[in-house]
Amino acid sequence: MSRMRKLVVAGALALGIASPGFAAEAPKPPSQSWGFEGLFGTYDRASLQRGYQVYKEVCASCHSLGQIRYRDLGVSPGGIGLGYSEDEVKAIAAEFKVMDGPNDNGEMFERTARPADRLHSPFANEKAARSANNGAYPPDLSLIVEARKNGADYLYALLTGYKDPPAGVTLNEGMHYNAWFPGFQIAMGSPLSDDRVTYGDGTKATVSQMARDVTVFLAWASEPNLEQRKALGLKVILFLIILSGILYAAKRKIWSDVH
Amino acid sequence: MAQNNGFFENPTVKWIEHRLPIFSFLDHSLGSQYPTPRNLNYWWNFGSLAGFMLVVMILSGVFLAMNYTPHVDHAFGSVERIMRDVNYGWLIRYIHMNGASMFFIVVYIHIFRGLYFGSYKPPREILWWLGIVILLLMMATAFMGYVLPWGQMSFWGATVITNLFSAIPLVGDKIVTLLWGGFSVDNATLNRFFALHYLLPFVIAGVVVLHIWALHVHGSNNPLGIDARGPQDKIPFHPYYTVKDAFGLAVFMIFFMFFVFFAPNFFGEPDNYIPANPMVTPAHIVPEWYFLPFYAILRSVTFNILFIDAKLGGVLAMFGSILILFLLPWLDTSRVRSGRFRPVFKVFYWLFFVVCMLLGWVGGQPADATAAGIPLLRIGQVCTFWYFFHFVVVLPLLGWFERPRPLPISISQPVLGGGRIAAAAASKPMEKA
Repeated sequence: MSRMRKLVVAGALALGIASPGFAAEAPKPPSQSWGFEGLFGTYDRASLQRGYQVYKEVCASCHSLGQIRYRDLGVSPGGIGLGYSEDEVKAIAAEFKVMDGPNDNGEMFERTARPADRLHSPFANEKAARSANNGAYPPDLSLIVEARKNGADYLYALLTGYKDPPAGVTLNEGMHYNAWFPGFQIAMGSPLSDDRVTYGDGTKATVSQMARDVTVFLAWASEPNLEQRKALGLKVILFLIILSGILYAAKRKIWSDVH
Repeated sequence: MAQNNGFFENPTVKWIEHRLPIFSFLDHSLGSQYPTPRNLNYWWNFGSLAGFMLVVMILSGVFLAMNYTPHVDHAFGSVERIMRDVNYGWLIRYIHMNGASMFFIVVYIHIFRGLYFGSYKPPREILWWLGIVILLLMMATAFMGYVLPWGQMSFWGATVITNLFSAIPLVGDKIVTLLWGGFSVDNATLNRFFALHYLLPFVIAGVVVLHIWALHVHGSNNPLGIDARGPQDKIPFHPYYTVKDAFGLAVFMIFFMFFVFFAPNFFGEPDNYIPANPMVTPAHIVPEWYFLPFYAILRSVTFNILFIDAKLGGVLAMFGSILILFLLPWLDTSRVRSGRFRPVFKVFYWLFFVVCMLLGWVGGQPADATAAGIPLLRIGQVCTFWYFFHFVVVLPLLGWFERPRPLPISISQPVLGGGRIAAAAASKPMEKA
């Protein structure tokens, strides 16, 4: 057992989340109200599109979104996309280049991205990402909402939670203080500031607005099938309730001569 | 399939029956020719629910396997592909994921029902043993299944649990190497776990057949724990219990499907949505909830016992906590099966239940956590002690010292002097018209 505990502590230290002077556990982030919660939850399309804009113009300079393809941004039969038309999706994809090949001459070549391609990744690999980011690795954001405790609440709190460190706290070289990050020091500097992006629909780009929009977008990226799942779930549960009622009546009838 | 509806008169049925008597086999197994105690309550639904869950897991698992890639570089991505690109892949995976939890919920209730009503007592000891074998196989299967998505908890859970075997003296390290197929949890480990995860459910199905076979020899125990005295105590399984099981199944499905559709990640750990990384250890490595009581027992042995060091002691306690169930039919010395007629046993039964719940809670907390100033480790140790004390001391002594309440004369006459049930039973023997 002690070997395992040592392993865990060593790992935590290596991560920098249990460095002396810092509590390893961050407090529970305040609960926000999200449109995709609850039995009837859906994603707000306008918020999703604004969130994608924030991702594209801010986050995407360091973070990949490797599970998402350009076509996912469009409209799909399940109604799970971001709502862009087919032409808009083609136009979005066409802004990026991807490496393809080898061609018939055995050479790799660059071509314009197509809707079926995965979203452009800012770095070729993890080493390149670390080297460009002072040794820190900006994680892929495809599952960031599902992969964190308190998911969307945590992400929103993190993006809006940058502060000056309290007295007596010294940060490591190149680190930033964040009240919601485990260990309280995070390599990513505050990514959002007022008017960092200009929204096409006239929404004012405050830090909290952008944080909200990009959180909704990343929640969608984590679970693009959420709307389809909940809609089907309601039908299934309703069916089962009726079925239970019928079977209960059948049971009563059949057992009537035993009781 | 009752004999009077003409089913067995049908020429096609007759032709088949003459060559392979499968219909009468079914009728004797789960049909109108299988006499069942008339007084089974809803706790007896959980056996058929467990059988149903095994089928659900095998079916959903087969479809997942068609789209899954057991390779360290592709496993996580292939699971995400199932979630995003495979038609209804998210549904199949959420059914399988939550199905594992449902399977354990159902089986644990099934076991605690057996513990309360003395279903392990003669002549059902082998039936009970086969149940424990199924539980052990389920645990192995669930553990290896959790490794397959190759997330952080998959990897580190596999590392911690396989390392336990290194505590075995002399051959421990060799066993670990064999489990890993190398010198760390890696691609070879993932490959063999996938192969075994696909294999073991069919082994479970085989043992389930034995379990049901053993059940059919003496039939189900019942809430009164007394043997049937005659046909008036029994009713045919079909249609009485087929319809009761069907109703129970529908209600259970509401519960199951609620999690699948509205809280699919409720039982999971967020960390398992981070791809496995051997260089980064999660802050808290926790197994799935259904292993937590055993995990707490494992962690509560923090001291050496004579020549047994703490690690080996923990492993022995953990496996011992299940293996001791094999001895239960002899540790419980009371001749009365049902807890209903055992006033003192009842108290200890619920105490034991609370202890198991506490163990589960302690197992899910960090090793150094405290509650109200008490280190959880201490609570875990007290509960571990009581877990074994219950089996080794309480149950043997209870049989000697407890004065059970008088047993009813028969199932159809549970209250002395009869009553409406007795009257109805007298007029209705074991035939469904």
